Amino acid sequence: MRWMLLKDLQILWRSKLLLGLLIVYPIAIATLMGFALSSGPEKPRVAFLNQVPENRSTIRLGDKKIDADTYTDKLFTAIDRVDVESREEALEKVRSGAVLSALIVPPDFTTKLSNSGLSAASVEVIYNGDALKQSFVRSTVSSKLAEADAALAKEINGLASGYIDVILNGGKIEIIGASFDILGLKESKRRLDSVMKASPDARTRRLVQPVQDFATIGVANADRFKDVLNTVEKPVAVKETVLSGRRTPLDAFAIAVAVTVSLMFVCVLLASGLLALEREENTFTRLARGLVPGGQLIGEKIVLAAACAFAVTLVMLMGVSAFVPLDWGRSGLWVLALAVGALAFSALGVAIGSLAREVRAASLLAFLLSLPLAFLALVPSGGVSPLLYDIIQVISAVFPFKPSLDAINRAVNDTGPSIAQSMAHLAALIVFFGVAARAGLKRFA
Amino acid sequence: MASTSKTAALEAPALVVRGVGKRFGEREAVKDVSFDVARGELLAIIGPNGAGKTTLLTILAGIRTPDGGTVEQQGPNADKRIGWVPQHTAVYAKLTVAQNLRLFARLEKVSDLEGTVQRMLEQTALAERADDELGSLSGGNRQRVNIAVGLLADPPVLLLDEPSGALDPRQRQRLWGFITALTERGTSVVFATHDIAEAERHADRVLVLADGELLFNGSPAGLHTLAGAAEHEDMEQAFVRFLAAQGH
Repeated sequence: MRWMLLKDLQILWRSKLLLGLLIVYPIAIATLMGFALSSGPEKPRVAFLNQVPENRSTIRLGDKKIDADTYTDKLFTAIDRVDVESREEALEKVRSGAVLSALIVPPDFTTKLSNSGLSAASVEVIYNGDALKQSFVRSTVSSKLAEADAALAKEINGLASGYIDVILNGGKIEIIGASFDILGLKESKRRLDSVMKASPDARTRRLVQPVQDFATIGVANADRFKDVLNTVEKPVAVKETVLSGRRTPLDAFAIAVAVTVSLMFVCVLLASGLLALEREENTFTRLARGLVPGGQLIGEKIVLAAACAFAVTLVMLMGVSAFVPLDWGRSGLWVLALAVGALAFSALGVAIGSLAREVRAASLLAFLLSLPLAFLALVPSGGVSPLLYDIIQVISAVFPFKPSLDAINRAVNDTGPSIAQSMAHLAALIVFFGVAARAGLKRFA
Repeated sequence: MASTSKTAALEAPALVVRGVGKRFGEREAVKDVSFDVARGELLAIIGPNGAGKTTLLTILAGIRTPDGGTVEQQGPNADKRIGWVPQHTAVYAKLTVAQNLRLFARLEKVSDLEGTVQRMLEQTALAERADDELGSLSGGNRQRVNIAVGLLADPPVLLLDEPSGALDPRQRQRLWGFITALTERGTSVVFATHDIAEAERHADRVLVLADGELLFNGSPAGLHTLAGAAEHEDMEQAFVRFLAAQGH
């Protein structure tokens, strides 16, 4: 057995490329994925613009004051605050991916909370990107906003409970600077009970009886008023703004992801296998005598694999539309995005086929390469550290998954202004991988 | 042995090879090789393993580009592509015999497609198995299809790399009968082989290649004489003696 082991090690050692791929590639991908999964920023970076004038940073409720910092301080215990000077700067930071989202507190925030009732005040959360990122924003930033909201609501409830206590037990209350003595429901009831015990005349009894009943009910149920107050948990509304396109439900985005993954696997496996087969069957040497020029051979494999994958994924989309409503008015864009994406994935496939030169090795390499890259392409900006995100962006840009997903998502879900940029990106990748595959053919003979 | 009826045809070159060389990294696989192939000539390239026989054939076939030198076709039909029969079966296992022949006939732009396919099926005696998948055929039958594909376009020059390796003696005999008939019709045939006896038996001329270098270019009898082999020594012994004398 040890001699067989030695033999296999010697064979592996001679296959430097395969050995390199088997060792270096999984390590590199595992490192990136590990970082992506575990070492994301502890606090998501959020651009913050506070438009409330300094002299109006206090929320006034009756004679009580709550500093607006009660709200923001709570928020920034869990968010990495990046102060910006203007709304434009905030938008730019979101657009560039420097921050996960932007939070804007409008100038009338404290005024509305003070004067116009609890539901009128709002803050704005601005974000960009696909549904996955939108979902990430909601699960991070919006949840922190909800926590801050709850903290503010607790302060407000404390104040309101104080007023209820005064109404129940009596005491002093200040309204617009003037101080009033309140008798309180309990004392009022006690006095009414005394009056009724003194056997007043029938007319007085008839007039006072309803007031006595009101006081009795009020005293008995005062604690319930506080319970009702506790249900007021969202004094500040959150207005969500998506920079480009529209909000995409996660299930609609999942359709785009599923279609792109299917497109990728059909194209990459088929194209790599078809090209590698020409060498495995020894037919390449026949074809290379000028019967089929290398460029034509590569082109034929790309077109065939792309056509098969295009048909499969188009049928898939049509099938999905039976369960999830899709906008058929955009079907022209679906076709375009699927077709160009399929060509790009197939170009990657032939490049893999020219590198591997054997069908089984090509299939293995296609899997090794495709899955982690698809995973990396789904990591949202702000979800990992900026440096790691930049590295992931560069890697994703060199492979067709991310631009294909962007194009298909925009085509299917109308999430962006145009798919032209993704189309241009994919066209460049088609040329790049096509040329790489053509160069790889030199090793086929 | 060359037949006398071919003598006149042998004088006109169909292929002229001059100063061809090929290097793979540090290793020089073919070194400045020059020779002619006459019309209707049957030329054997013999040599030990790694001598550069297959590399030289792939250069002649146009599959590899030489680092230096020229390969030129001459005479009638010089514009037609050189025929190529690789050592390992180079046809599609999932296609039938007829589909393979039809595909390569189309790629070779053969004018009478179905007629040519039918002719090749008859010549290879595989007409009855025309609709069988290649993968289901024996090694010998696959090799017959492999050779038939190389002949589809009726090339003026046909290159064969170890053509009889996978064949039993009866099939081998049929193959050489077939190849001899081709040369009698004017087709030049160049084949690489390890089988020295086969080269002696069928070739008009042999080239001896060792470490990429052309050591001998002449008749089998000439090689025997040059090697200084005794009367009782066969061609293989003469070949080994010759290589040793040349330092290989």
